[in-house]
Amino acid sequence: MSYMDYVRTFKLPHSWCPGCGIGTIMQAIVRAFDALGWKNEDIAFITGIGCSGRMSTYINTNSMHTTHGRPLAFATGVKLARPDKHVVVVSGDGDALAIGGNHFIHAARRNIDIKLVIINNSVYGMTGGQVSPTTPQMFRTQTTPYGNIEPNFDVVKLAIAAGATFVARESVTRPRNLEKVIEKSFLHKGFSVVEAISNCHINLGRRNKLKDQITMLRWINDRIIPMNVAKRKSPEEIKDKIILGVFHEDKEREEYTQLYEKLVETVRGSK
Amino acid sequence: MKRVVMPGNETVAHAAVAAGCRFYAGYPITPSSELAAEMSKLLPKVGGKFIQMEDEIASMAAAIGASVAGYKAMTATSGPGFSLKQEHIGLACMMEVPVVIVNVMRGGPSTGLPTHPAQGDVMQARWGTHGDHPIIALAPAFPTEIYMETIRAFNLAERFRNPVILLLDEILAHTYEVVDIPEPEEIELVDRKLPPSGLDRLDFYTYQRKEGDPPLLPNFFQGYNFHFESLAHDEMGFPTTDPEKVTHISRLREAKIEKHREEIWKNDEYMLEDAEIVIFAYGSVARSAKEAINRLRAEGIKVGLFRPVTLWPFPQQPLRKAVEERKVLVTEMNSGQMVYEVERALRRDVFTLFKADGTPISPVEIMDKIKGELI
Repeated sequence: MSYMDYVRTFKLPHSWCPGCGIGTIMQAIVRAFDALGWKNEDIAFITGIGCSGRMSTYINTNSMHTTHGRPLAFATGVKLARPDKHVVVVSGDGDALAIGGNHFIHAARRNIDIKLVIINNSVYGMTGGQVSPTTPQMFRTQTTPYGNIEPNFDVVKLAIAAGATFVARESVTRPRNLEKVIEKSFLHKGFSVVEAISNCHINLGRRNKLKDQITMLRWINDRIIPMNVAKRKSPEEIKDKIILGVFHEDKEREEYTQLYEKLVETVRGSK
Repeated sequence: MKRVVMPGNETVAHAAVAAGCRFYAGYPITPSSELAAEMSKLLPKVGGKFIQMEDEIASMAAAIGASVAGYKAMTATSGPGFSLKQEHIGLACMMEVPVVIVNVMRGGPSTGLPTHPAQGDVMQARWGTHGDHPIIALAPAFPTEIYMETIRAFNLAERFRNPVILLLDEILAHTYEVVDIPEPEEIELVDRKLPPSGLDRLDFYTYQRKEGDPPLLPNFFQGYNFHFESLAHDEMGFPTTDPEKVTHISRLREAKIEKHREEIWKNDEYMLEDAEIVIFAYGSVARSAKEAINRLRAEGIKVGLFRPVTLWPFPQQPLRKAVEERKVLVTEMNSGQMVYEVERALRRDVFTLFKADGTPISPVEIMDKIKGELI
């Protein structure tokens, strides 16, 4: 087996822009599959709409390209139907946090064993670069031509507050770390969230003086800081930094489908 | 056979379980909530899965997800929730996933009249989701028929790999009535056909098929790494914008229903033979119509009923054949919806009696209309 066995090579070349971070994230995901030795046919890979949504076309497992913002709702049906299988969802920042925000917080609250990777490129890329819930303040987008006045979500805090039991953040500028943290999240039993910081130089960068991938990746790289390093800094020093690492891991809380199975046993036992 | 007294909402739940439904996802909404409540009681007992999702959209999605994973799945709702589910009904049409949607119709538009009956969603059942798509919608009118049509809804969904909409209204959903429940061995059940397991390649078990056939798609985890796609896709399930391929697969989706209309159509004709006037009515209104017919006949006025149980695909030919040149009265609990199909089928104007104020159409209203305008 090689990680390429999880890729529908006959569907390549892919449709993403040159230099997009999504390829790095996709490779991290299939490398994690390979490292864990998961069988293709035991994985359901579900995506929503947007650049991230296209990934299900290229992943060689059971796959489903669904509607905008709702992949977690479909995944909930799949996982509840087949708790014995691996259910992985890839979603963008607009998909998961704007139109799909409700499904995100409720999947986290239930702690259903779905592995979510959020590709956060801070913009609606596929539709031409509109402001998203994670666009930095004062950034220019197609729909904020004078600058974005809205504050952005902190995905990690949101996920923890909603009840996710594994929450991490990584960056496409650290592909090996990204792969390792995704692998770790896949091993977690419960709702896991990995926020992967990515670049959209085409539809976000070019409006904000970051118009090629190198410039934009450098900009990301200058802002990230690993959690262990951040711990040694003063709050002032890390004010504008994106902290990377595993923020939350709760192995105690029971997973939803297991609780459901127990309920069924109790109900059937008491007949 | 077993005789039970229960309201329509519960009848649907019991019939669904008898039909093999083992997954329900829903969201509370009047007047369909008791259906979800009954499913939450029944499903764990038979090892099935019940989940109350965070909204209507999610419950439609979860039902589709479970169906893709091999379960017979259902969701239920009413007007506003039915509107919210439309995008995913279209997705199930596009991906050709079997699923049953119950819509207990209430007064609309918007929040409307939550605790009152209506038939204002019959066109939404046909055209509610965007884009061209095939659909099946059933509208039972009697308690035992609700039971049997629920089973038929699952059978049709599985047979044609398409969403099937079961339309009730607040009266049918809430009225406690006597239901004759057949023994399990008397019920014919249909399960979706799957490709054989263990093939090297799936080439001939995808969206490829003879025109008129439903596709033979694998379930998730059956051993094939099959892709379900919401974009326009080719016969292998992968996205395409090729106009020829788009037209071809869209034609295949339509044809699987169109070519089996006779199998899907179901109508009830009552005292039609010697009737001079034909009432066209469906759902609970048809029951008022039957009563009106009995009373009018006692007065010597010859009236009959054509009652479609299958609303979509619309029974054009059976209606034409049954009605011939006779006078027709279309009566429905809305401001006139199915009447467009009736007039299109008959290619002439008909008499109408519509009401959309939250109250049922009574036998007396139908009698007055006929006495006042049709004779």
